[in-house]
Amino acid sequence: MANQTSSLHLNKPRFASFSHWRRRYSTAYLLVLPYVLVMLLFGLGPGLYALLLSFADFSTGMPSYFAAGFSNYLAVFKDFRFAFTMGNIVEFLVISVPLGIAMVVILAILLQMRPGPSSTALRTLYFIGGAVTGPVLVLLAIFMLDPSISPFQDLLKGMGFHLLNDVIYPGSLPVIFTLMGFFVGAGLWIAIHYGALEAISKEVIEAATIDGCNAWQIALLIKFPLIRPYVIYQFIVIFALNVQLFVEPQVLGGGNNLGVGGNVPAVWSPNQLAYNFAFEMGNFGAASALSLMLLAIGLGSAYLIVRWTGFFNIEN
Amino acid sequence: MSKIDPIRPDSRITLLQRWNHFWVKTRGDMGILGFGLRWAVLLLFAVYFFVPMLWLVLATSKSAPQLLELHPLAFGSFQRIQEAWQRIIEYQDGEVLLWAFNSIRYSLWALVLSLAISLPAGYILAVARFPGRRLVLWLTLITMLLPASALVLPMFMEMNLFHLVNTQWAVILPAAFFPFGTYLTYIYFASSLPPELLDAARVDGCSEVQLFWHIALPLASPLLGLLAFLNFTANWNNFFGPYVLLNDDKLFNLPVGIQQFVVATSAIRPGFNPSPGVMVGYQQAEAALFGLLMVVPVAIVFLIAQRYVIGGAFTGSVKG
Repeated sequence: MANQTSSLHLNKPRFASFSHWRRRYSTAYLLVLPYVLVMLLFGLGPGLYALLLSFADFSTGMPSYFAAGFSNYLAVFKDFRFAFTMGNIVEFLVISVPLGIAMVVILAILLQMRPGPSSTALRTLYFIGGAVTGPVLVLLAIFMLDPSISPFQDLLKGMGFHLLNDVIYPGSLPVIFTLMGFFVGAGLWIAIHYGALEAISKEVIEAATIDGCNAWQIALLIKFPLIRPYVIYQFIVIFALNVQLFVEPQVLGGGNNLGVGGNVPAVWSPNQLAYNFAFEMGNFGAASALSLMLLAIGLGSAYLIVRWTGFFNIEN
Repeated sequence: MSKIDPIRPDSRITLLQRWNHFWVKTRGDMGILGFGLRWAVLLLFAVYFFVPMLWLVLATSKSAPQLLELHPLAFGSFQRIQEAWQRIIEYQDGEVLLWAFNSIRYSLWALVLSLAISLPAGYILAVARFPGRRLVLWLTLITMLLPASALVLPMFMEMNLFHLVNTQWAVILPAAFFPFGTYLTYIYFASSLPPELLDAARVDGCSEVQLFWHIALPLASPLLGLLAFLNFTANWNNFFGPYVLLNDDKLFNLPVGIQQFVVATSAIRPGFNPSPGVMVGYQQAEAALFGLLMVVPVAIVFLIAQRYVIGGAFTGSVKG
């Protein structure tokens, strides 16, 4: 790829004069500048501003910068809900990340084993859930988990659930959020892994077949290792996304007319706690501090994975 | 992989041949047990993904008692759908239509802005070398990994600084930053645009901007389809941002509107004692229809963009 990305570089000798070169550069900067600007304003800017605010004191209602020292961070740690929400999110991550990745990879491999109209139709079907997100997803989940109206009511009743409150209770929330996230996100990841599987060279598969591998051995020993980079990418994205869980617990715990009243705590995830710091308690410093901690967890895990696997080497 | 040639759709074949083809395929290198296992798993998940959507569509046709009495996948009546539609249209003097209009406006603005910014940037990162290029690529990768939800609260503080909270720009402007689009464009052009083509056009006197507009962009229609779909879906479904940044209900988009509707009315639990302040008389059909209002446009865009979204469109989007 190096020679493809450097066509201008290769053209260097053609343009002798400095002004011509500058013009070439200026075109490049002209095209990339708007992007850099929005990146600074809406990607890096909020993060940096949050860093500034996490050291600001909000006791007067207005920020006095650098006045708080580390007291905002301490306030987060000391809050009685901090350990609770962190415990919840860890439980959710432990269930949702491995399960989500394993099921998506298995489905992609099963689909790609026998390409054809049925495989294409199923891939489309798996994608449909992606159209549902946020509040509609919560709405749909409540209906699906309510044993009195759910199409899965036989299954729910068979498991001993007869009321919505039997199904949705604090202990089941990590599993419920996992089921919801999988419903929405699986289709896109299946498409990504399917694309990766399609890109595996036919010769490799044929050679394995000639050597006596059956379809299952090929899937496990040849295909899976070859799509490993995509699996790592999925891990990074899913992990960073799931750490930030907000919408599902917020909407589900948002009103006592949803039928799950006391069973979903008003503040369940760390991101909800940050929201609570900002808008219920007016402590934007603590909200910023907690947001940054969550950001650091997502970025930190991504960094570790990237270093560990040598993944994302953009100039290979 | 199968041991006989695939059936061509145009060839005339007998049922027997078709059955034979099927049998060889199943017996092939997978075994009949594996065949059964594969289909069992695939169909189980088909139920998981499809039945809730089917239920949602059918629920719009049933009254609250019918939802309890009829089979979960039975159809009620068209009249009930019409009633549900009437009720949500009349909700708060037609605010639903306003929210739908807001949703369309925000999503289209975001789509146009983000593509107008991401495509040229991704293109030039792929074809040109200039000081700072690597830095921009690295920052793109890092910000790409940050979910939008991670920046919502910091974004609120920043928007507050610029006095943009509770304006439509608080939702539209942040959406202009689309690092995934820039990165995908970069990968696409870096791997599929022959440098010879650009060199030839340069010799003919094309400027870099003309190269982008007349050569690169017309070659990028699969990329455009994919990016448009991902961007539109993300912005159409954007909840956390508007939820935090907007408090005037005239500015809400559909996701925030539906959250307000669900919490403020009896729609999800019509038969139960409402808390004070909850508007009664609304049933599940209204909530389901409201939900479909959000889902159907995404489904339509998906069907249009499908061939770019499903299949190999992602191949090469991540480097290994």
